Amino acid sequence: MREQIEEIPVGQFRHLVSERALNGETMLLNMGPQHPSTHGVLRLLLELDGETVINCIPDIGYLHTGVEKNMEAKTYQKAEVMTDRLDYMNPIGNNLAYVMAVEKLVDLDVPPRAQALRVILTELQRISSHLVLIGTWGLDLGAMSMFLYCFRERELLLNIFELVSGQRMMTTYFRPGGVWRDAPVEFEAAVRDFIKIFPRRIDEYERLLTKNPLFVDRMVDIGYLSKEAALSYGVTGPNLRASGVNWDLRKARPYMGYEQYDFDVPVATEGDTYARYIVRIEEFRQSLRIIEQALDKLPMGPVHSDNRKFVPPPRAEIGVSMEALIHHFKLWTEGFRAPDASVYSAVESPRGELGVLMAGDGSGKPRRVHMRTPSFDNISAISEMVKGHLVADLVAILASIDIVLGDIDR
Amino acid sequence: MGVEQKLGNMGVVTVTLENAVNWSRTNAMWPMLFGLACCAIEMMAAQASDFDMSRFGMELMRASPRQSDLMIVAGRVSKKMGPVLRRLYDQMPEPKWVIAMGDCASCGGVFNNYAIHQGVDEVVPVDVYVAGCPPRPEALIHGILTLYEKVNAMKFVEKNK
Repeated sequence: MREQIEEIPVGQFRHLVSERALNGETMLLNMGPQHPSTHGVLRLLLELDGETVINCIPDIGYLHTGVEKNMEAKTYQKAEVMTDRLDYMNPIGNNLAYVMAVEKLVDLDVPPRAQALRVILTELQRISSHLVLIGTWGLDLGAMSMFLYCFRERELLLNIFELVSGQRMMTTYFRPGGVWRDAPVEFEAAVRDFIKIFPRRIDEYERLLTKNPLFVDRMVDIGYLSKEAALSYGVTGPNLRASGVNWDLRKARPYMGYEQYDFDVPVATEGDTYARYIVRIEEFRQSLRIIEQALDKLPMGPVHSDNRKFVPPPRAEIGVSMEALIHHFKLWTEGFRAPDASVYSAVESPRGELGVLMAGDGSGKPRRVHMRTPSFDNISAISEMVKGHLVADLVAILASIDIVLGDIDR
Repeated sequence: MGVEQKLGNMGVVTVTLENAVNWSRTNAMWPMLFGLACCAIEMMAAQASDFDMSRFGMELMRASPRQSDLMIVAGRVSKKMGPVLRRLYDQMPEPKWVIAMGDCASCGGVFNNYAIHQGVDEVVPVDVYVAGCPPRPEALIHGILTLYEKVNAMKFVEKNK
């Protein structure tokens, strides 16, 4: 048995394209789902007048994974594993959004050390996500060496993640009520090393790209997105800030103790592709500032809540305490029960507002988990951005939106 | 270094055609630039400076299936993507190989649900499975070297049957 690719008759998208496409005056072109510049399996239906893009219709769903449905069949602890694989450039941030929702639902406190560790790792992940973006962005625009440089630094970050969690990408290090285990003693030195190295590397990227005429010509005044349009499409994150809206959840609605750290929210007003690049380069530096402050005042103490109803006891206790054994057994077989209520909690992911709507039903499994993923809203604005530009510019615009298909399709 | 030192001044080397062809295939294998999900990022890492897959003859990734002979299925294959994947595979010229990279492509991984093919072998024949979620770049390179062993043992008659 082999399923066939569904051919969509013209009539089905008649309302999306202009009249000229129907009488053959303009051309309908299919870009993707297998295309080197779509950053994943995205299909774009382009309406072209010569080289000029008149209309761009994203067709998503090629990576639909059914994560939200799968999570309903798992206990709260086990469902977290799914969140890693949503936005695969930002697994740690996804974990954070998820565990924050669980903690809000069952009203669980997180000790300060765990909060600080979460902040450090989330910011490191933000840097790593932007590194992949800038690297592939350079690749798309013909700056191959950027890709090699960015991935070189990304390996340093992945080594840190591996150090704390044992995994390079899908860490699942944050758990409801804290983190999996305390960071090893080498952690602080490893992060400090990175903080020392990285500012020079950012300057290196800037020397390569920021004033490079080949790069600038492809970016300035390309893909303009106005403030109003960005807001009306629900665009968030660096894309929104590049359009001149100062909105960052870390500042606007602080979580995990972000209010104690001193950092700026980079904002640009141009709203073009170049502004989106500048904002992200600046976010590197701000993330480093946050990491440094969090590391300086990293408190000692426990790394998870001592509420045994939600957090499994340490291994050492299981051998000597009957109660600990019962808790361990209960938590890993049926999980904990959450009240019949629904909560929404959001974090600032590298792409924008990543929200989790979670509804419990009194049992050990969620009734519904819905993700408000930033890429989904950001990609919807692409038709606004590409109108009137050339197909070659579409590549730069698509890269600048920083989409992750796992984030869009879930 | 290499074959010319071993030969000295003889200037002649005898080898079966099968071995010579297989050897050259393993040293110039062009993978298709085809990323699906998380594993694609690790595949990119394997191509980047720390791991440098071009040491194994994979200097460049081809975006066109017609120019490539190895498909690395990096990530989960959804029901909507399955037919597209198959069409890409059909467009690749013979001989062609497939590596299922990661648990999702090998067996569905953590996603045992309605949306995901439980292993890409439901769609295309797979030569090597690489375990891991996502596999480390070293694991992918090991998978590729395993594939090379398979290619080196290939017989012309069997393949063209």
